[in-house]
Amino acid sequence: MSTRDELLALLLENARYSTEDLARQTGADTDEVAAAIEELEASGLIRGYQAVVDWDRADQERIRALVELNVTLDRETGYDDIAGRLVKFPAVKSLRLVSGDYDFALEVEGDSLREVSKFISEKVAPVPEITQTVTHYIMETYKDRGLEMGDGHDDGRLSFSP
Amino acid sequence: MKIADRVQQIPPSGIRKFFEIAEEMDDVISLGVGEPDFTAPWAAREAAIDSLKAGKTSYTANRGMRELREEISKRVSTQYDLSYDPDDEILVTAGASEGLDVAFRALVDPGDVVAIAQPSYISYVPGVTFAGGEPLPVATREEDDFKLTTELLSAHGVADADMVVLCYPNNPTGAIMTAEEMAEVAAFVREHDLTVLADEIYADLTYGDDHTSIATFEGLRERTVVFNGFSKAYAMTGLRLGYAMAPPEVISAMNRVHQYTMLSAPTTAQYAALEALRSCDSEVVEMRKQYNRRRQFVLSRFSEMGIDCFEAKGAFYVFPECPWDDTDAFAEALLEEQGVALVPGHVFGDSGEGHLRVSYATGLNELREAMARIEAFLG
Repeated sequence: MSTRDELLALLLENARYSTEDLARQTGADTDEVAAAIEELEASGLIRGYQAVVDWDRADQERIRALVELNVTLDRETGYDDIAGRLVKFPAVKSLRLVSGDYDFALEVEGDSLREVSKFISEKVAPVPEITQTVTHYIMETYKDRGLEMGDGHDDGRLSFSP
Repeated sequence: MKIADRVQQIPPSGIRKFFEIAEEMDDVISLGVGEPDFTAPWAAREAAIDSLKAGKTSYTANRGMRELREEISKRVSTQYDLSYDPDDEILVTAGASEGLDVAFRALVDPGDVVAIAQPSYISYVPGVTFAGGEPLPVATREEDDFKLTTELLSAHGVADADMVVLCYPNNPTGAIMTAEEMAEVAAFVREHDLTVLADEIYADLTYGDDHTSIATFEGLRERTVVFNGFSKAYAMTGLRLGYAMAPPEVISAMNRVHQYTMLSAPTTAQYAALEALRSCDSEVVEMRKQYNRRRQFVLSRFSEMGIDCFEAKGAFYVFPECPWDDTDAFAEALLEEQGVALVPGHVFGDSGEGHLRVSYATGLNELREAMARIEAFLG
């Protein structure tokens, strides 16, 4: 694995590893690490860094929904055109074209059930090419972006063993 | 009640005192553990559960389930270029530790001299003593990267011994032996007609060169017992499952001891092991990758602190030099003042004196905190 791939794997694991920690783990020097990260960012391979939040632990309510979208295309409108419209909304957290029974998988986030419902009915459903929306509200998150949301496991090992 | 002499002559484990201190403390980060922090792969656990659901709660054959022995035979053939007949050259044991004990009792006569490359896993010397043999420590040196050399074997009089115990990749030093280095030891062993017990429990955990088994060298297969198991690579320490491989007459003798003590290895664990071999290699690869990152992290941090530590390339330990003359005092003070647990090197034999065993089988966040505490402790 190249240093660049190794760095990418480590940043996916924890984007807040310091340059020094990344250097220690990969055996590269800190200048190399800094340059490689700069390159990954400049090339657009790394799009950004975000916290993975366990909203169940926050006082603030956070509503997320997965929405299945079916669309009908015409000669002038393609998937990219529809996607281009939807991604501009801040409430849209992810949008993917998928294979299977529907066309787009949309993830929406808002402060309340009402806000999310309103967004889907007023902003998404009226898009002319969208023929059907099926909304699934997320009731519990067990794992998000590779991170488990539970309490984690306690280390039950003896503090010394041979 | 009278306690047998051979038991009385074995002192209690050197880590007991530290364990008792750690038990009384909160917020201890332990770098003193000799087992993975990962959990056994789910498929292996599920196989164990399924076996119980199916009522597989009886003894298996003394030598272990045949399909497990077949799978072990296939594995060592492809991975280490070793060929063992599942019918009469493989014995499934309750951990590699039981295999070693059985081998000592099956192969060592009272007064036989058993050379042990040290620093080493703590059970070899007592195992030889319990069997009535005489342990002969062979001190490896940091300047040789804790590898065994023919020069050391000669200097310690191993030519006149009956048996030699090897453990590479090594607990506690993390040392490995390259194929060339192992070939020289193999030639010495052959020349002096020694029996070899090769504990290869960490064989899957090397970072760089692949492991070379001494049994692969000409004339060594017939004089070597190879031990391996599922504790380290598959994170299955508590399931206690290992195996030994040797020529038929040796396995037959070992099985005689094994059948009168253990009868057979735990059935549930054998089902887990079978599944581990069949479907859990990707988990091993992932664990090894994580260990390697941590290894590099820990080595780098010790280097930044100015602590000498040779570059361990196997297992999940590093073996830095102790910054104080008194390793026990250092380990005790570090534990009491900073809550970091590690093991004084002399626990693994006199040649480990002056060093500390540091296990990196713990998460990177804990390792980072532990190293920061060690740095703060050093001032």
